[in-house]
Amino acid sequence: MSTATKILPSRLADIAGPTQVVNDPTDLPAYGIDGKIPAAAVRPGSTEEVVEIVKFAAAEKLAVIVSGARTKLNMGLPPRQYDLALDMTRLDRVVACDPGDLTVAVEAGIPLKKLAGVLAEHKQFLPLAVPYFDRATVGGTIASGVDTPLRQFYGTARDYLLGVEYVTGEGILAKSGGRVVKNVTGYDLHKLMIGSLGTLGVVLRINFRMFTLPEKTRAFVALFDSAGRALDMRHRMAQSSLTPSTLDVFSPSVADLLSSDVAVRYGSGAFPANLLSNEHWALTTGYAGNDKVLARYTVELSRMAQEAGAVRVKELGPEEVPAAFSRKREFIPIALESSPATTILKISVLPMRMKEMLEAVARIAESNSVPWAAMARGLGVIFVALLPNEKNEEWRRRVTLAADQTISACGGLEGNATVPWCPSEWKSAMKIWGLERADVAQMQKVKKIFDPAGVLSPGRFMGGL
Amino acid sequence: MDTRLLHDLNNLLGKDGVLHASEDLILYENDGSVETGRPTYVVFPRNTFDVAGIVRLANQHQVPMIGRGAGTGLSGGAVARKGGILTVFSRMNRVLSVDVDNLRAVVQPGVVNADLSLAVAHLGLYYVPDPSSQKACTIGGNVSENSGGPHTLAYGVTTNHVLAMEVVLPTGEVIRLGSTPLDPPGYDLMGLFVGSEGTLALVTEITVKLTRLPETVKTLLAIFDRVDDATETVAELTARGITPAACEMLDGWTIRAVEDYVHAGFPMDAAAVLLFDLDGLREAVEVDAEGVAEVCKLHRAREVRLARDARERDLLWKGRKNAFGAVGRISPTYYVQDGVIPRTKLPATLKRIEEIGKKYGFEIGNIFHAGDGNLHPIIPFDSRDEAQFRRAVQSADEIIQFCVEMGGSITGEHGVGMEKDRLMPLMFSEADLDMMRHIRDAFNPKGLLNPEKIFPNTKGCGEIRVGSLTTAPAARE
Repeated sequence: MSTATKILPSRLADIAGPTQVVNDPTDLPAYGIDGKIPAAAVRPGSTEEVVEIVKFAAAEKLAVIVSGARTKLNMGLPPRQYDLALDMTRLDRVVACDPGDLTVAVEAGIPLKKLAGVLAEHKQFLPLAVPYFDRATVGGTIASGVDTPLRQFYGTARDYLLGVEYVTGEGILAKSGGRVVKNVTGYDLHKLMIGSLGTLGVVLRINFRMFTLPEKTRAFVALFDSAGRALDMRHRMAQSSLTPSTLDVFSPSVADLLSSDVAVRYGSGAFPANLLSNEHWALTTGYAGNDKVLARYTVELSRMAQEAGAVRVKELGPEEVPAAFSRKREFIPIALESSPATTILKISVLPMRMKEMLEAVARIAESNSVPWAAMARGLGVIFVALLPNEKNEEWRRRVTLAADQTISACGGLEGNATVPWCPSEWKSAMKIWGLERADVAQMQKVKKIFDPAGVLSPGRFMGGL
Repeated sequence: MDTRLLHDLNNLLGKDGVLHASEDLILYENDGSVETGRPTYVVFPRNTFDVAGIVRLANQHQVPMIGRGAGTGLSGGAVARKGGILTVFSRMNRVLSVDVDNLRAVVQPGVVNADLSLAVAHLGLYYVPDPSSQKACTIGGNVSENSGGPHTLAYGVTTNHVLAMEVVLPTGEVIRLGSTPLDPPGYDLMGLFVGSEGTLALVTEITVKLTRLPETVKTLLAIFDRVDDATETVAELTARGITPAACEMLDGWTIRAVEDYVHAGFPMDAAAVLLFDLDGLREAVEVDAEGVAEVCKLHRAREVRLARDARERDLLWKGRKNAFGAVGRISPTYYVQDGVIPRTKLPATLKRIEEIGKKYGFEIGNIFHAGDGNLHPIIPFDSRDEAQFRRAVQSADEIIQFCVEMGGSITGEHGVGMEKDRLMPLMFSEADLDMMRHIRDAFNPKGLLNPEKIFPNTKGCGEIRVGSLTTAPAARE
């Protein structure tokens, strides 16, 4: 242990108070990432404390990793160094809520669910239906950049994030953007924070544009005997005037995942019986509107399903929608818990190339004898879960090979592929950030400005940033 | 002028690709704002190779370089504040490809905004962001300024519709950013470069999202006898969660200017009108139109008119989109502002604008994107009267200051450029600005690309000076 890490707990206690410092060896593993345990964790209670802590860490060259509910800390490469866990969960207030302007400002540590409760009082919501929704914080959601099934209609965080206040790697408090829904003042530095895994700054406050909760929502599920037919229905929908809020295609194996005991823990309510089938591909879509709009969806979706050759269709009523929607939202955690060494690839291709991509995924997984499941968003983003039976050397070899081959196949289709989740021990052999990108040099410039000493989440990002 | 540089530019682009005579340059010293700055050379590249060559020459000769589309910008973004090479993209104006199934188009930066929508209209598609200048402004300029427009209320601004770009960095390096499929891994460099007002790179190719044309569009005109009733209508619609595709407001002064010129059918005696577009599925649009009409009537609208057909709809929108031309007939010179406020503060802000007008002796007109709280107060003044021009700028600054006090922003879509650099401290601390400056310096290390834009040039000065606005040509939206 270096001198700096030795004085760390007492210095942190000076800043945040002794009760807010964790340095008991039995408690610290909860903050571990990829086998690295920090020397201490601290729960700051104010902006000033965060600034002080980061300044101290920067001066002592201590590596800081910011965390919220710690549900997605295993994304990215293993940290190069990890001295201090900066736990943001005490900073959990709604700073300002202006329902009349449909805007809200929150502290980064606020849980999504708590915020949803506040917004629901005004019949409003934030369309961040992300994995681990019941626990995840807003800050962690932004930093991890995970997507939401509601992107089909509402877009992703970058479409409704209005501004952030953050602390740089040098402990400088700064902000970008604003609080109003339209604003082009200055550079949009806040967009850089999305998906940055805490490598650019400690996000303190976040401003969002909100949306009105739809009055009535329904969902429709159509089963097909091939990915091609399910995607054919997707293409028919894309060419129609329908604007559903979610649209995803599931591989047959998803049926077992979503009706498993694991899924029960993540889903809200019982999964509708016989909704999916492990012999069929499924197209699932959610939509909202008035009674006439809903009736129109029923008619058009039924027609499109039939034209695309559906073997079975079902419309879900209001009582069944939450159970189905929550499982779609929680596909990743459910998959992660369904195998001792789940490895998840995130792929994006042009929508018309999804068929080719899914065929490649199936071919590659099967040729390496790796069980798999896929969730393909209608907009061309595919999550592939490789689900080995065991976590051992033989499975590691097969899964790594399948992941590599899938990444290459995706490159051939001019798509993007990364491995956001896999066992820590397998990371060194895995192309976590996919194929090398030409713009990494530009990203290095950005990192250097926000964190010149490299103390924020060092090594976890693309290119080892 | 540097004869060696002129010689090199001529060699690179041909003599018909370079302007340097003062009678030619004078045409390029303005944009749509009240700012001026004369370039030393105006050049017309044909491709990325030419642009990279221009950047290399600028570096070699240490002269500034500035990109320019159609010059319709409203903050001096495309004005050569420090002279140098003004790169005009009018020859790079081709739509390179349209991918109907994947809803993508690849365009050169000089493609005129409306031309892209026209080019794909027969496929049932359009490009959503629609600045009022869309018949002239270019996609490259839109990308630089992150332009908005009336229909961005429901669909987002330029940054929400651009996926990938080829750019030439100020060092001459050609790089690609973003990706044609969604979610490129890594930092969101696209998000950083879009709206960087031409200070980080020259854009040479853009991949945009196309959108399916809605099956139904309904246009409503609500007529009010009191401005407050109109602004309160907007606040209540927002609170009720009714999001029209567009929600525009014109006050009485603007209505009379427009009606005289366009004959759109706006009542001359009204205090304000609200113009709405509702689009989407017909079953939704019908109910939403009823909802909008109900809220308007609840707030004492004298009348709510529904455009009966495309002709009536186009006429109403012609009134809105030609409003600035109409104002130009009354006052050849005027100053347009671009502040944003929370929509709940609309009534208070319009009152304040009226007071500020009275204080400085102006009748300030208002025409704006009410639905997203983006104000465009119009201050007419006589350009021959230097003192009056200074008062116009002072009153505009006071309006902007009030917007910021309300929790708003100094610019919603026009950009900072050289118009509002001195106002940046109203929104940002020195630390905030320093982070942005460091980013600029990392990509634009010699500061040759679009110098002296966005950032206040005196460090540590919290005061707002009125310095850069020395001349006063006509402005338009």
